[in-house]
Amino acid sequence: MNTPASAAAPAPQPKEQTPWRRFLSDFFASKLATLGLVMLVAIVGAALLAPWIAPQNPYDLAALDIMDSKLKPGSESGDGAMHYWLGTDGQARDLLSAILYGMRTSLMVATVSVLAAFGIGATVGLIAAYFGGRIDALLMRVVDIQLSFPAILVALMLLAILGKGVDKVIIALIVVQWAYFARAARGAALVERGKEYVEAARCMSLSWGRVLFRHVLPNCMPPLIVIATIDLAHAIALEATLSFLGVGVPVTEPSLGMLIYNGFEYLLSGQYWISFFPGIALALAIIAINLVGDHLRDVLNPRHAN
Amino acid sequence: MQTQPVEKPSAVPRPILEVHGLKTHFFTRNGVVKAVDGVDLQLAEGEILGLVGESGSGKSITGFSLMGLLDEPGRIVEGQLLLNGEDLRSAAPARWRQLRGQEIAMIFQDPMMTLNPVLRVDTQMIEAVQAHGKATREQARQRALQTLAMVGIPSPEERLRTYPHQLSGGMRQRVAIAIALLNSPRLIIADEPTTALDVTIQGQILFEVQKLCRETGTGLIWITHDLAVVAGLADRVSVMYAGRVVETGSTEAVISHPMHPYTHGLIASIPTPESRGRPLVPIPGMTPSLLNLPQGCAFRGRCPRATDACLVEPLPVEVRPAQWVRCWHAGGPDIK
Amino acid sequence: MSAAERDATHPILSLRQVELRFVQHVDLAGRIANLLGAGLKTQVVHAVAGVDLDVVPGEVIGIVGESGCGKSTLGRIVSGILPPTAGEVRYRGKPVQELPGPERRAYELGVQMIFQDPYASLNPRMRVREIIGEAPVAHGLVRARDKAEYVAGLMRQVGLDPSFSQRYPHQFSGGQRQRIGIARALALKPSVIVCDEAVAALDVSIQAQVLNLFEQLRADLDLTYLFISHNLSVVSHISDRVAIMYLGRVVELAPTDTVFRRANHPYTQALLKELPTLQPGRRSYQPIKGELPSPLDPPTGCAFHPRCPHAMPRCTVERPLLKEVAPGQLSACHLNDTA
Repeated sequence: MNTPASAAAPAPQPKEQTPWRRFLSDFFASKLATLGLVMLVAIVGAALLAPWIAPQNPYDLAALDIMDSKLKPGSESGDGAMHYWLGTDGQARDLLSAILYGMRTSLMVATVSVLAAFGIGATVGLIAAYFGGRIDALLMRVVDIQLSFPAILVALMLLAILGKGVDKVIIALIVVQWAYFARAARGAALVERGKEYVEAARCMSLSWGRVLFRHVLPNCMPPLIVIATIDLAHAIALEATLSFLGVGVPVTEPSLGMLIYNGFEYLLSGQYWISFFPGIALALAIIAINLVGDHLRDVLNPRHAN
Repeated sequence: MQTQPVEKPSAVPRPILEVHGLKTHFFTRNGVVKAVDGVDLQLAEGEILGLVGESGSGKSITGFSLMGLLDEPGRIVEGQLLLNGEDLRSAAPARWRQLRGQEIAMIFQDPMMTLNPVLRVDTQMIEAVQAHGKATREQARQRALQTLAMVGIPSPEERLRTYPHQLSGGMRQRVAIAIALLNSPRLIIADEPTTALDVTIQGQILFEVQKLCRETGTGLIWITHDLAVVAGLADRVSVMYAGRVVETGSTEAVISHPMHPYTHGLIASIPTPESRGRPLVPIPGMTPSLLNLPQGCAFRGRCPRATDACLVEPLPVEVRPAQWVRCWHAGGPDIK
Repeated sequence: MSAAERDATHPILSLRQVELRFVQHVDLAGRIANLLGAGLKTQVVHAVAGVDLDVVPGEVIGIVGESGCGKSTLGRIVSGILPPTAGEVRYRGKPVQELPGPERRAYELGVQMIFQDPYASLNPRMRVREIIGEAPVAHGLVRARDKAEYVAGLMRQVGLDPSFSQRYPHQFSGGQRQRIGIARALALKPSVIVCDEAVAALDVSIQAQVLNLFEQLRADLDLTYLFISHNLSVVSHISDRVAIMYLGRVVELAPTDTVFRRANHPYTQALLKELPTLQPGRRSYQPIKGELPSPLDPPTGCAFHPRCPHAMPRCTVERPLLKEVAPGQLSACHLNDTA
């Protein structure tokens, strides 16, 4: 007969494996990805702690001594108080500090824009997949139009209209990125929509908002997370490009791209470090993000399980 | 386990397949999964053996082991496999390639595991014939037509020119069976071939398969979880539980006089029109995890007859003529 | 409650000429292709082609058929997941379309469904307590602070240990997940449960446990079941009445005993003959010829006529209606008229 006790115990598991723990063990199985994650944590940590760990606040004009400008990496300041590990730029700013602050700005702009693009894009994609029909067709045509323009072109046009400023750059980046999320979210949601647990949720008369965001969205996260990480790298690069072209962030709040732009004029006269080190920092950030994002994609791929 | 029929010695059919003590283990990150842990089988010419078990019993892995189709991290760790007297375990990969598709063939539950979706049916069948012997394209095609007719496919000429996706599920499975028959194998292993098909289509396929084995003398191992299908089809039945064969004998004997408590439990769990109105008598509990099999008899935790003696793994014993059981307390259902 | 005591005059659910058509129009690209002579047509699939059914409170009615017969679609229409394209569904005598707000809500919650695949029917990223408890709290049947207690009670009722309520579905076996699905359906205190192949994916021994659970719950909670299955043996065990479907229509409807002893429709007879039973001894199969017809291109007249051993000329032109051929037994076959 039905013995509740023996039916009650779950299938014996070697250890308590929540989905999170399983994910962690899969992720750290790759040395390259672990390295990428370590780099990323170091970079983000340094950027966040910039006001405390930077040797100098490069935007405090009072602290600058114009005699110290364009010094080579490893030099000392005129009064011996500071050691310029990476040299100084044309305005006598310590490059190491400038890079830390610049990384902060770059990461902040990129992260905010990616999160917002994620939010908007995922919502649009989910709604399109869930309701189908005309709504789907309409929304996806908008997405298609958005995607058919090159990102740089759209960003430049927007910034020409909106003007300069960190918030304007963020808006431009959001406009350029949301469509990727929308398409990915729609694809994933279409697959989930046909699954029985979604039918069950509808059978229980849960509201469509709850079904979409509480049931479908969590199961669409894997491809979206991967796109978010890789998009983060794109956003950093795109912002750097815009700043380099002079339409990005203002001089008072430079990002890495702006630093590279500033150093460009000195490149051919031998003071390479003013552009070079910010460029290296930018590259390292993008590599770290890509390493993590690539492996995330493999780990979160459902076929990878088992 | 030796199964020798008790009739006249001159009527002893040749065994095509003999398996003694087969053990197939999977060496995974979480531990050793003992998917097959001691299986003995024997199959004679033209005989149909039903290999019955639930999920996790190891029946499919047994089939794959016999075909040499195990992937890492699984491998055969112990046991003797003799096909027509030839030792399969020491066969080189080249020899395996010769054997598969010619001497032994397999039919899978999903016919799309056999059929390539981008090739036409005739291309695939001709390729299968030519891979195992010198035959012209025309000869191979004639053979293909022959086997398609053998499995009861109407208008085989037209079917040859179709792609798999243009055929229904039942048709596809029949084509898969025809491919298995192309090179007149001695042994066919069928892994749940009709489980996914409708009852009326299943009936057709069972009919064709039964006729074929009688006519061509091909031995067939039919792997399934459905004891009822096997009851009408097979000459002999082996019941598997947690990687071991727990009972084997002629179909009539095992179904009318089951001796192992698991077999009793299986039979009592099957709903029928006669059981209406009464609760079924299910086997309490669940199959143990193959990572962590209990010591001794694997059925111990769910068995109404378990005693301390069951801490030692039972050996196969011939409790009735030609009926072998692995149980210290073997006996009919009425025995407590 | 025995069959005789059940109130057949006040069915809890009624279906009147319910139809579900899937229409695939030729899109713009297709229309252009047609101008070049592609010959694409609008495709219409009659998944359910006109079903009349009354479900008596407290009964178990089995719906049996092979692939393409429309039984799963019918289940989804009854439980409200899919609206019919024609015909009427009535709950407690009133058409569902015309029910006012609160009564409509009572219907939606009153008919729940249990699904086939124990792996796909539970949200893999939700804990069991949420899976079972979300809907009752969302609909106000249970207060949020009583959720844990309520879910624990339900888990006990279906034979699960409540201490595992914070686990995820993948940590349970197939049979246990099916029990979670049952608890989820019960959480909304339904009157009718539609079981869509609810035991098909389970091993025989687990299937028996779950079937017993269904019976017990029916007795304890006075439930009505619509039991959809392709497996006649299972249906024969649990159902009071059986409806046999073929290509979107009901071809026979009768009490279970009658279907098994005196099946009227040739398709039912064929199904019963094909049914593997535990009779030892080699069977000689006399299989029914032909393939299942495609719902895109159904045969004219009686859908079964290409495969029917008793087909007459009338069967190719005129579709037989479902008529009473014996007390309580309905069948759709022209052979009954020639008697």
